[in-house]
Amino acid sequence: MDAETTPATLSETARLAKEALKGVVAEPGAHKPDPILTATGVRRNFGGITAVDVDRVEVQRGSITALIGPNGAGKTTFFNLMTGFDVPDAGDWSFNGKSMEGVPPHKRASLGMVRTFQLTKSLTRMPVIENMKLGATDQIGEKWWNGLIPGRWKAQEAEIEARSDELLKRFRLDHMRGEYAGSLSGGQRKLLEMARALMTNPTLVMLDEPMAGVNPALKQSLNEHVRGLRDEGMTVLFVEHDMDMVHDISDWVIVMAEGRVIAEGTPDDIASNQSVIDAYLGVHQGQSLLEDEEL
Amino acid sequence: MDIEAIIRNTFSQFVGRNACYYAIAAIGLNIQFGYTGLLNFGQAAFMAAGAYGLAMTVSVMGISMWWGILFGIGYALILGVIMGVPTLRLRADYLAIVTIAVAEIVRLFVRSVWAKEAFGGTDGLRDFASAFQNVGDSLGIERAKVYGWWAFQFSGRDLWVLMVGWTLVAIFGVFVWLLMKSPWGRVLKAIREDEDAVRSLGKNVYSYKMQALLMGGVIGCFSGMIFALGNASVQPDNYSRDLTFFVLTGLVLGGVAKVSGSIVGPMLFWAIYAFIESILRQVTEDGPVRIGDYTLIDSTKVGQVVFMLMGLMLVLLMTFRPQGLFGNRRELAFDGR
Repeated sequence: MDAETTPATLSETARLAKEALKGVVAEPGAHKPDPILTATGVRRNFGGITAVDVDRVEVQRGSITALIGPNGAGKTTFFNLMTGFDVPDAGDWSFNGKSMEGVPPHKRASLGMVRTFQLTKSLTRMPVIENMKLGATDQIGEKWWNGLIPGRWKAQEAEIEARSDELLKRFRLDHMRGEYAGSLSGGQRKLLEMARALMTNPTLVMLDEPMAGVNPALKQSLNEHVRGLRDEGMTVLFVEHDMDMVHDISDWVIVMAEGRVIAEGTPDDIASNQSVIDAYLGVHQGQSLLEDEEL
Repeated sequence: MDIEAIIRNTFSQFVGRNACYYAIAAIGLNIQFGYTGLLNFGQAAFMAAGAYGLAMTVSVMGISMWWGILFGIGYALILGVIMGVPTLRLRADYLAIVTIAVAEIVRLFVRSVWAKEAFGGTDGLRDFASAFQNVGDSLGIERAKVYGWWAFQFSGRDLWVLMVGWTLVAIFGVFVWLLMKSPWGRVLKAIREDEDAVRSLGKNVYSYKMQALLMGGVIGCFSGMIFALGNASVQPDNYSRDLTFFVLTGLVLGGVAKVSGSIVGPMLFWAIYAFIESILRQVTEDGPVRIGDYTLIDSTKVGQVVFMLMGLMLVLLMTFRPQGLFGNRRELAFDGR
């Protein structure tokens, strides 16, 4: 994103994020002014293979941060570790200044950290609206003794339903409200998963390859939705292979290769970073990263 | 052929004792298997927990039946925790393996010579149903008198068991129906679809699975109590794998994840059983059926052939109507995996 040529599309929050990251040195483990998430010394081994070995990573609050890297770089493992779906062999996370060690995934979600999955996990045999309503946290009726008495949870349910409908409208899924999630297209399922994640009222949204399997027409609107999250004050961290998207919407890019963070910086820094090009294409390749996005 | 007798038998079994306690067990199993996707192949063990809990308390310990009911529930809860703690964190298949093994362990344990004093060995336990029947007496139901008309004729003894049994079916049916319409039920159904997704949305999946397992188990233990009271005896070999799988068959016949399916399915299971059996009994009444020199069926083989035919029916049902009689075809059509 170039602030000089597209001033109209640059929102206030985007400008703030850019401003905040201006002084940050583009190097692995760089300190950010206001990190929402910090990882220190995180390591994860699978047998003899070290899948992730990250000394330090910080994610700036209110920014859109991309996590990129060639296949097998450990991005998804890193994601799983961060969200508690996997346990690191060493190291610690802190989220909002609070250590995440030993905090199970369901607790992390209620702290404001929510994730989506690389292979979309829409609950296919449930209607779209039920998928959405499931996302709301602290539901009274989710205790079985309350569930037995409709009077106890009906009011809250109506509130949740209203919020679900609002989000469905925003993600243009309102016409599919009553359909089973299994009848949605791949792209719509991505949208549904993102909308459902927002039902938890997160402060940090982590998207695992939001563009995978999405047609080009929908990609634009997905980009808008991700930007919309930042505009509402959320922090976004996403894993992606689609370099167009990375370049378009991210404020900061973290590059992983072979389990380690090899570079950090703004999208423009990264596009011209020699070690990133080497990691993606092998040494002695002279092409730009962006020309080879199809790899 | 006495067609009226066949129809009478069929209707009698439709609402009979077997249908009744199978329906209770199926309602419980439906919470676990139908809604939460937990492959519990040990429902018989929960039923045994209820039956032995009641029988032992009354006939061995010699205290009130009401304590027996509480003990039965307690044993079912303990059993559920033992099954659930090691397996609910793992994939569903492991729960299936463990539950079927636990059910066999329970059966072999209660029939062992070592514990004969407590559980009565292979003979099981008797002399515990009189307190229950006394309650019936006090309501004016005469044990030996025959009540009802046509197919629905039951002795006072049976009628009292059926009244309590079907009342329990109604209570548990409404209970599960209310729960499955609530947000709690929504979480269970979501776990059946994809538990990682549910976990990522901040729900404690393990706790919900445990709740479902225990709730289904406790309902199953009431089924065991009705079974025991209906027979006025508890025998360990009644609680074998067959029982679990017949209950499961009844549930699938009716349609999983439907309260109506879990009640009507077992009723139909026993009605169909009685129908086929009555026909075969009448056919073989006057000697074996022969084609030339080859004996097609004789009266000693009726029992086995009935179950063969029911197995065949189940195969056909699964092929042509996989959702069961009451299930939702559309819901079943989307299988994400």
